[in-house]
Amino acid sequence: MGQTLYQKIYQSHVVGQLNASTDLLYVDRHLIHEVTSPQAFAGLKQAGRPVRRPDLTFATMDHNVSTQRRSMDAAGETSRKQLEALAENCDEHRIPLLDLTHPDQGIVHVIGPELGLTQPGMIIVCGDSHTSTHGAFGALAFGIGTSEVEHVLATQTLPQQRAKTLKIEINGSLSAHVTPKDVILAVIGKLGTAGGNGYVAEFSGSAIRAMSMEGRMTLCNMSIEMGAKAGLIAPDDTTIAYLQGKEHAPKAEHWEAAVSYWQSLYSDDDAVFDQVVTLDASQIKPQVSWGTSPEQVIAVDQPIPSAESFSESSKQDAARRAYEYMGLEPGQRLTDLAVDVVFIGSCTNSRIEDLRAAASLVKDKKVAAGVRALIVPGSGQVKRQAESEGLATIFKDAGFEWREPGCSMCLGMNDDRVEAGQRCASTSNRNFEGRQGRGSRTHLVSPTMAAAAAIAGRFVDITTGDWA
Amino acid sequence: MNPSIHPVFASGLVCPLDKNNVDTDQIIPKQFLTSVSRDGFAEALFYDWRYLADGSPNPDFVLNFPQYQGANILLSRANFGCGSSREHAPWALQQYGFQVIIAESFADIFYNNCANNGMLLIALSKGNIDSLFTRCSEGPQQWQIDLKNQEIRFGNNAALGFDIDPDIKQRLLSGLDFIGSSEQFAPQISDFEQSRKTSQPWLG
Repeated sequence: MGQTLYQKIYQSHVVGQLNASTDLLYVDRHLIHEVTSPQAFAGLKQAGRPVRRPDLTFATMDHNVSTQRRSMDAAGETSRKQLEALAENCDEHRIPLLDLTHPDQGIVHVIGPELGLTQPGMIIVCGDSHTSTHGAFGALAFGIGTSEVEHVLATQTLPQQRAKTLKIEINGSLSAHVTPKDVILAVIGKLGTAGGNGYVAEFSGSAIRAMSMEGRMTLCNMSIEMGAKAGLIAPDDTTIAYLQGKEHAPKAEHWEAAVSYWQSLYSDDDAVFDQVVTLDASQIKPQVSWGTSPEQVIAVDQPIPSAESFSESSKQDAARRAYEYMGLEPGQRLTDLAVDVVFIGSCTNSRIEDLRAAASLVKDKKVAAGVRALIVPGSGQVKRQAESEGLATIFKDAGFEWREPGCSMCLGMNDDRVEAGQRCASTSNRNFEGRQGRGSRTHLVSPTMAAAAAIAGRFVDITTGDWA
Repeated sequence: MNPSIHPVFASGLVCPLDKNNVDTDQIIPKQFLTSVSRDGFAEALFYDWRYLADGSPNPDFVLNFPQYQGANILLSRANFGCGSSREHAPWALQQYGFQVIIAESFADIFYNNCANNGMLLIALSKGNIDSLFTRCSEGPQQWQIDLKNQEIRFGNNAALGFDIDPDIKQRLLSGLDFIGSSEQFAPQISDFEQSRKTSQPWLG
């Protein structure tokens, strides 16, 4: 029997067997940031352990940095202490750090790929659940907790158990204005937020092959929102072309060998998945989440579902709770909802292609009166690129705030927050209660849907063309 | 090794939190994540649900009910601990006093984080979870969690069995050092690194 891509990567990283069902796997890249690492370094210090492979460890500042000024004290005293702790820990252990003065600083899941740190076949971990993003390159990448961060720092390995395998095959072409964000929201709507628990999900099919790396990253990024341990996409020519010439990509003398290895990374034809789900890309419409869980999502032209439409009583209860929190009624149309805030950014949708898509809708238009609209590029590279292409000017002329890179309003750890009761069209990944600020009402959308909402001042169906 | 850990993992009062998809942003909101310490998170647990906007306790939140004060077993529904990988979530639950969480299912990262902090997570079928909530609706419950025999005991000789991964069970019972047990593989780790240098030199 053949192997799945996940099984191939897992098997090639087994260092030893810890226990009946637990293997010790080698970690090729360990990405760290300020929020989930300080206690891990403190643990190392307490036990007198060194960092085994600082050269395979890379750090950035992203979660609680100010996106208004490049200063460590710009987001408050406790944030400053945490940023300083990261700088001290990286200095002490000789770990490369992209701090706020570095031109390439940015969100960990944006900079890893763009610096070529992310490569096919690797195991990549980070103390952040959206590490699944890197699976877009055919790397097994997943989020870990702080105890595991400490474990990886100390040993460059991690105890793991084999996950089940889920194939999500998406064939056909996406309609105009339908993006990978809409695809993943539709998948989560279909499978539910726990549908992927215990699985590694591999995305395949013609719709995936047609996606850019940016689109694939958006898809894999939100695999965690359906509970999957990781998302995976087999590397292909698009992947290889993206990586060529990147700062940390294999150098010329190793390039051909690396590419030849990457080309062996795919699920065999006779590999058996534990579960297979198929979707028709042409049927997917722009999605908007209406509730407080990413699975509470509908196409923009659908009414908000009634609680009775859910078969399980617990989902009915969740729907009722969500109506109340979100200030909505079943049957209401999303296109009748005014938005107060628009946030385009986060590790899900802050890459150059996302900004190009948003700018194409914004050009020569103005943000609606009363709407606060933010663009937070994912990294210094994205920011510079957008500025050189004239996108930043388009956004600023339209009335958007143009910010410095960081996680920003996705989770509101810095001062970018949505006020209680405000409705936000957000390109981020979680619409949980309070995620963007206590009482905030988040609607997850694609960058194009967010940009259109900023201009119209309400959610619009961009596929109809008569919204602006 | 910690020989003092008793096979009866925990016994005590159960707090029923009747919700699906309790996420780690709810368990501990972001404003508490700027700490560089591993301690001091008990007060922040379920902050937005537990306290009103003026900072006073929310009388409608189950954790604040008088009959559940001192609870050390938490009962909830499906997909508990979904969302962010923040280990602050298990730290907050543990520091508040919860040693055991029983639910229909758990998010993977959260499950590992809890195990790495010596907490026991028990996943049961929806039918069993329903019956446990029914018990709780009849009055405050004192249960005994016997990890060695994999049983939840309700008194009066009534009990419910549960499954657990044998490796996790052994770790919880023995109190083995998480990093220490992997460090015993140091020679294999070095061998692995050496062979990778030859086979995939671009990895460094």
